[in-house]
Amino acid sequence: MSAISPRLFVLQRATALLLAPLVIGHLIMIVIAIKGGLDSAEILGRTRGSILWALFYGLFVVAVAIHASIGVRVIASEWFDIRSEQSQRAVMWSTLIVLLSTGAYAVFAVTAS
Amino acid sequence: MLDVVTWIQRNADPDLSYRFACRVGMCGSCAMMVNGVPRWTCRTHVERVAQNGQLSIAPLRNLPVIKDLACDMSEFFEKWQKSDARFHPSETRHDDMPRIDPHEKQRSAANAAIECINCAVCYSACDVVNSSTTYAGPAALNRAWTLQNDQRDSNRASRLQTLVNDSGCTSCHSLANCSVHCPVELNPSGSIAGLKRMVFSATLKGQL
Repeated sequence: MSAISPRLFVLQRATALLLAPLVIGHLIMIVIAIKGGLDSAEILGRTRGSILWALFYGLFVVAVAIHASIGVRVIASEWFDIRSEQSQRAVMWSTLIVLLSTGAYAVFAVTAS
Repeated sequence: MLDVVTWIQRNADPDLSYRFACRVGMCGSCAMMVNGVPRWTCRTHVERVAQNGQLSIAPLRNLPVIKDLACDMSEFFEKWQKSDARFHPSETRHDDMPRIDPHEKQRSAANAAIECINCAVCYSACDVVNSSTTYAGPAALNRAWTLQNDQRDSNRASRLQTLVNDSGCTSCHSLANCSVHCPVELNPSGSIAGLKRMVFSATLKGQL
């Protein structure tokens, strides 16, 4: 019956709080990179081997994966009228795994030296 | 608008069913869709809502229709009960009256949300009610919020527990259609946001 436990509710709100400054930082970074006329090699030169960028985008990926998977669970259950708790969990965990693995792969590719 | 509906029944369609009682915006029984918007018809002027001289009147959205403009309000009120949106006294008639400062923060929050007339305009305006068969809706949750701020109520902890599921406050998407359309200008969306804050802090404290 319960579509969302109090713990999931708190996790989603907490990750939203975390994502607000991270998204702003990400947007500022994009504007600086474009305005500065950096090409991909120059960007990679700055991000590769940088623990700071790895931490920033690592945290970003974890927060997005948690926030989005809880949200997709609710959206899927409302749009497709999914009532079974088991199916709702399956939607949530598969979204989490896809976002975490693709996100971690991207962070690794951009920051590993 | 209510006068128009009454005119239609008396002069054009004697078979027309609709519901009203007080005619002065107190009882909350005459709500209908007017040009696609839920409104209390007794306090709605035709000249303010007519579009190019046209009016369309329909039964409230999100509720089963009994006949013509009369809706079945059962599920609306059953959801109040399921949300435990009713007062549980903490004292008996033999106890002294509790002393509550009317300007105190919790009492002010309850007062701001207390004047609901149960018209179901918010329920009809809510898109979450429209997409979820179980969601309690703004009116029931607004009432629950007033009780969560009532120091005399004895069931606040367990009520908060009943509000954290797919029928409760955590399912609200904060679209605020309820607050936009509420005829008595309450803010059910704000009340639900308050309930969410209560759920958040109670969970962090390990009470949920």
